[in-house]
Amino acid sequence: MRDTFVATVMELAAEDPNLHLITGDLGFGVLKPFWERFPDQFTNAGIAEQNMTSFAAGMALEGKTVFTYSIGNFPTLRALEQIRNDCAYHEANVKIVCVGGGFVYGALGMSHHATEDLAVMRALPGVTVLAPADPVEARVATRAIHAHQGTAYLRLGRGGETVIHHGSEPETVARALTIHEGDGVAILSTGAIVDEVLEARKMVASHGLRPAVLTFPTVKPIDAATIRDLAARFPLLVTVEEHNIVGGFGGAVAEVLAELRMPRARLARIGLEDQYSSVVGSQKYLRDIYGMSAPRIADRILKELG
Amino acid sequence: MNSTDLSWRIRRHGIEMTHLSKGSHIGSILSVSDIVAVLYADVANVDPSDPEHDGRDRIILSKGHAGAAMYAALAEKGFFDIAELSTHYADGSRLSGHVSHKGVPGVEFSTGSLGHGLSVAAGMAYAAKKDGKSHRVFVILGDGECDEGSVWEAALVANHYQLDNLVAVIDHNRMQSLDFCEDTIALEPFADKWRAFGWTVLAVDGHDHDQLRTAFAHAQTSPGPTAILAETVKGKGISFMENDILWHYRFPHEGEEYDSAVAELEAQRAHDGDEGGSTR
Repeated sequence: MRDTFVATVMELAAEDPNLHLITGDLGFGVLKPFWERFPDQFTNAGIAEQNMTSFAAGMALEGKTVFTYSIGNFPTLRALEQIRNDCAYHEANVKIVCVGGGFVYGALGMSHHATEDLAVMRALPGVTVLAPADPVEARVATRAIHAHQGTAYLRLGRGGETVIHHGSEPETVARALTIHEGDGVAILSTGAIVDEVLEARKMVASHGLRPAVLTFPTVKPIDAATIRDLAARFPLLVTVEEHNIVGGFGGAVAEVLAELRMPRARLARIGLEDQYSSVVGSQKYLRDIYGMSAPRIADRILKELG
Repeated sequence: MNSTDLSWRIRRHGIEMTHLSKGSHIGSILSVSDIVAVLYADVANVDPSDPEHDGRDRIILSKGHAGAAMYAALAEKGFFDIAELSTHYADGSRLSGHVSHKGVPGVEFSTGSLGHGLSVAAGMAYAAKKDGKSHRVFVILGDGECDEGSVWEAALVANHYQLDNLVAVIDHNRMQSLDFCEDTIALEPFADKWRAFGWTVLAVDGHDHDQLRTAFAHAQTSPGPTAILAETVKGKGISFMENDILWHYRFPHEGEEYDSAVAELEAQRAHDGDEGGSTR
């Protein structure tokens, strides 16, 4: 997904001389093709995310479309007020890119776990929030935020994500994408955790269940129309995100559901249960510890359906 | 309008605006008035008839709490109606206490949280250089604001990219919200810090318009970014407000405070031999 982003942003940089990529001194071995091919459209702002973000806003107001690139929480939480005041309030064309959403950097410790970023970015007016599930969504999402006027946040995984969209590329990532039709329960997810969701779907099949699976590449603005439609067609919706269950994707879905008239679907949110992880381990390991692995998702669905 | 006249009008508006709105920061407004006046009267290329023309110089008031000074300068320059200044802080006004660009012609950037402006200005200056544009970027900071770490992140970057089109004016009144800067978080040796960060530092009397003009001219030819360290007096021009921390937040109350402030300004006006009208 990370490499897809870089390849896509390189295509865009070739088309748009006003595209500029700024890194907060990260992207070793990843951004090199970009800075070698587009040295005039690349800047290393050093280890200074607050300045990087305001600097990007200044450039954007001069006509540039600026991508800021870093990992984990550094491009967001470290520079939150700069995003709010300097980028979003000024409707600046700054595209904030995070590599390592969720537990990608699991073994590095809680500083590197991006598990509140969706909630925090989603709370900012004027910030569009995207979390693609696979390289195909990442490519469309990167092009979409480049075309979008204003501030956007793109939350990526790292690398090696399974391609889930086969055939032609989706035209838009603004709407939810259906991976599997189903009945009885619909699983809604955002970001790279979809691979666990798809495994979980196989696991519950032996219990006679056939969940629908949808990805939501865009967390804000949330595709409320699809959620309303699902709420009318399924008795249970399950959200899965590699993120705190408070305020993020599950929160966005809950907000839509809560305002619907009965009868409507019930909701179960799967994600990090409002805590920080002090457990050391790989992304896969931590997903399991915190209830987001395929077996844990499958168990939860079976439990919810009683 | 010359800079002396403009600075007087900024001070007069500042007293009026904070009095009417019961607003804070008159000390900072009076401190920065001469810097703002010289910039708008004699230095910056800005055009009220075409506020967004691409070749304009960019001005960011990073110490946004002194926004009344910028609003007053813009109104006097003709960017909007002087009468609107009386709506400062008022319900439905576009003139917020800390400076806002939304719907206000001539305001380049909204500030209010300290430590943002220098980074934004550096980004603007960097983009301008990339595109071979010749306009300049001016940013006015407070000295207390330099407690913010992000200021120094920006100082590093501006030097690294040798942003010779960037000028930071530091309103060095030596006071911040609760106390003197040196008794809060010591800044000295302040000029040496900027020099150590690679900046050209020009120390001037921040109330001497000739010195300010000379510094702005010098900044144009100096290599890399320039910091004009403007030695100022908080509350400058109103004797009982000068160097008194009380006037960071207090507004000139109806009666003695307001009347004395206006009387002092009127006396200065008479002394300057200019008949410019009162704003009230």
